[in-house]
Amino acid sequence: MRIPVDPSDWLILIPEFILLGTAIAILMIDAFAKAASDRSSPWISLAGTAGAIVAAVFLWGNPLSGFGGMIVNDDFGVLVSTAILTGTALAVLISVDYVRREELPAGEYYALILLSTIGMLLMVSSANLIMIFLSLEVLSIALYVLTGFARMRPRSQEAGMKYFLLGSFSAAILVYGVALIYGATGTVDLQSIADELISPGVLGNPVLLAGAGLVLVGLGFKVAAVPFQMWTPDVYEGAPSTVAAFMSIGSKAAAFAALVRVLIFAMGGLRPEWLAAVWVIAALTMTVGNLVAIAQDNIKRMLAYSSIAHAGYILVAVAAANRLGLQSIPFYLIAYAFMNLGAWAVVTAVTRKGEEAVGLSDYSGLFWSHPVLAGSMGLFMFALAGIPPTAGFTAKIYVFMAAVAADMIGLLIIAIVTTIISAYFYLRVTVIMFMERPAEPPVVTVPTPLAVAIAVAAAGTIWLFLFPGVTQSFTDTVARLL
Amino acid sequence: MASDYTWVLIFLLVGVGFAVVSLLASWAVRPYDPGGQKRRTYECGEMPKGSAWVQLRPGYYIYMLVFVIFDVEVLFIFPWALALRNMKSAGLGALAIADMVIFVGVLAIGLVYAWKKGVLRWE
Repeated sequence: MRIPVDPSDWLILIPEFILLGTAIAILMIDAFAKAASDRSSPWISLAGTAGAIVAAVFLWGNPLSGFGGMIVNDDFGVLVSTAILTGTALAVLISVDYVRREELPAGEYYALILLSTIGMLLMVSSANLIMIFLSLEVLSIALYVLTGFARMRPRSQEAGMKYFLLGSFSAAILVYGVALIYGATGTVDLQSIADELISPGVLGNPVLLAGAGLVLVGLGFKVAAVPFQMWTPDVYEGAPSTVAAFMSIGSKAAAFAALVRVLIFAMGGLRPEWLAAVWVIAALTMTVGNLVAIAQDNIKRMLAYSSIAHAGYILVAVAAANRLGLQSIPFYLIAYAFMNLGAWAVVTAVTRKGEEAVGLSDYSGLFWSHPVLAGSMGLFMFALAGIPPTAGFTAKIYVFMAAVAADMIGLLIIAIVTTIISAYFYLRVTVIMFMERPAEPPVVTVPTPLAVAIAVAAAGTIWLFLFPGVTQSFTDTVARLL
Repeated sequence: MASDYTWVLIFLLVGVGFAVVSLLASWAVRPYDPGGQKRRTYECGEMPKGSAWVQLRPGYYIYMLVFVIFDVEVLFIFPWALALRNMKSAGLGALAIADMVIFVGVLAIGLVYAWKKGVLRWE
């Protein structure tokens, strides 16, 4: 009997194991010393996340595959993992005072954040459809609980329930797709699927196409692509702000990594068939996300629609499926982690206990009482809109270049037009903050950890614009995977 | 003719036939006498007490969750125990033991957590 396990396989999972150990330590401290846990858990989880980042970087440039080909470690995975871990670290930083203010149970909160991160990292390095499903469940179940974590707030409960029902439904669709792909190709291993697709009999098989379509639906739900985006605004609005910030980066990045592995690495031979579907979904996602965001008065709902729209831009790179596209996806995700978490950090600072003060009018004249806070929010809004001195501009340029290289001029035009439309609602926030002078200025306190998170996010947003070459040389090696 | 599905069909017919015939037979033979003892909730003689509309303690579900986790754990230990001999002959015995220790250890920590949180206390 061949045993597909090797002791060295465990090396690949070192970041996950660091996070698991940290989560268990937090839970044990919480069980035996409640008071110490409330004080220490954010710092322990921050240390664990930092350790995981170091371990992930240590795996860089060292392609490994283990557990019978279930888990791979390649440079694409390491980059997306870095984006996810950056998001987790920043989310932990903005949670420190939020969890205290909202009187949430600290130990369980941080443990769930770390457990969800483990699922995200596993999803990024999955090389097998079953593994993708399993890690999707690990990350989702923790997120369902976190969404409904503010138990005393009906909005949070409602969001948790909605996310749970729709999420499990979409997971079921994903599994159905996996089953159909297995039926058509006789394997769930991504590399073997790619090998199977060479034979013409498999290529035209309608069962395979149906399976690919269902997997696209299941993952499209997680990245919040139109028409599977219905849950996003309600869940982001109801969930604690910090949780919404965390999942807007993590679960999106993880699902995009899985989408790239399935559509480009495994089913690259099927691109003529899936291109039309991804094209339409990307066009719809950019258009609907940006247009509906204009009508939002609630900043959390606006950021939810903004996250839908950004999923559309990344989908353009997926549809391009060329070297530039593959390069731009990790870059976009890292840039998005910085600028979006920065925006959510400011939202967390401005909201008051019980998720009050989330209307756009609550930002009126913020600049005159808190110039630095409003200035950073302005920077993040510029970045999300894709205006130059920021990483958002560079990320969009890469995506547009990928679309040009793939001769998708139609999609490129839609992307550019919707980017211009998006400037309206992003810059409106800036106008409200800078141009209006309210009778009574908003009362905002910015605790130190939150200030650090905003500073890091702002520095990252500008740094990626000034030195895209730093990540560029990384992403070069990613492109060679194709 | 001798397709595998023929057997399925035969089993189906026999199964349905058995139920229909026995129900019809008892309907034809039995006396018809509703009321009295026959209306009781339990035929075994147990006396029902109070109304059925009582409130049950939903905290019971946590016991069930903890139970299910350890019930499912057995499902994982069985195939592991079967593969253990092969692992040992491949020189991976220590790895196999370590894997299971980690797995059971994580579950045990979960139980310790539930226990410390007072989940197992019934009051």
